[in-house]
Amino acid sequence: MPSDRLLKLAAIATLAGVFSGLFGVGGGTVIVPLLIFWLAYGERLATGTSLAAIVLIGVVGAAAQGGLYGNVDLLTGLLLTIPAIFGVVIGTEIQQRIPPRAVSFLFAGLLVVVAVELIVP
Amino acid sequence: MDEALAVLLVAVGGLAGGLVGVGGGVLFVPALTIFLGYSQVEGESTSLLMIAIVALVGAYRQNTHGNLDLRDAIAIGVLSPVGVLVGVVAANEVPQRALELSFAALVLFVAYGLVRRALSHPPQGRERPQGP
Repeated sequence: MPSDRLLKLAAIATLAGVFSGLFGVGGGTVIVPLLIFWLAYGERLATGTSLAAIVLIGVVGAAAQGGLYGNVDLLTGLLLTIPAIFGVVIGTEIQQRIPPRAVSFLFAGLLVVVAVELIVP
Repeated sequence: MDEALAVLLVAVGGLAGGLVGVGGGVLFVPALTIFLGYSQVEGESTSLLMIAIVALVGAYRQNTHGNLDLRDAIAIGVLSPVGVLVGVVAANEVPQRALELSFAALVLFVAYGLVRRALSHPPQGRERPQGP
């Protein structure tokens, strides 16, 4: 009989996967708040764990899209990871120096941006 | 000019990843489609590749700060493909507008919940990964 905890993880994984499959994103916008609300994670642990999960989700998605349909532009994608990596390293360091509560506020702000992107045609 | 804006947007996407634990795709996809002229599906697919790499670097950095529960992360990653399949099918079968509006509503609801929780001085959530 799967534990209650495992069921919650499975639900998070499925919802993140659906979000990823629908919109081509990593699923972090689903994973972080659900880890906080359902598994009592603190903000920083939630964001770090989310990133690790997203690696797997991204690899599966990219492999499927690239391998099956040839939709991945390898060269440009790899080149663009360079500024993105600069961003993620800086962002991680900033996160350690701001209160966890601020991470929640920033995340909520990002969610509003996502909602606007979805609503505006 | 468009290329410069795309690079800037991608850097901000990475910054968002480091700050709040998302993959950056919400900014990578528009950078590719709006500023570099990719189709939606090409943009989303290339974004996934970028996300995998950027999230790997981010996760590695977060791990050095003790902010990663590897067991839960692997569980989520391994259990996600079913959801991804459902999402890909839904993207093709369900009207796009209905999906966009429902998710916008859901996302705003979550944003509200997070702000409410952060303002109400809750007991501090778990900060450390589980033991072996």
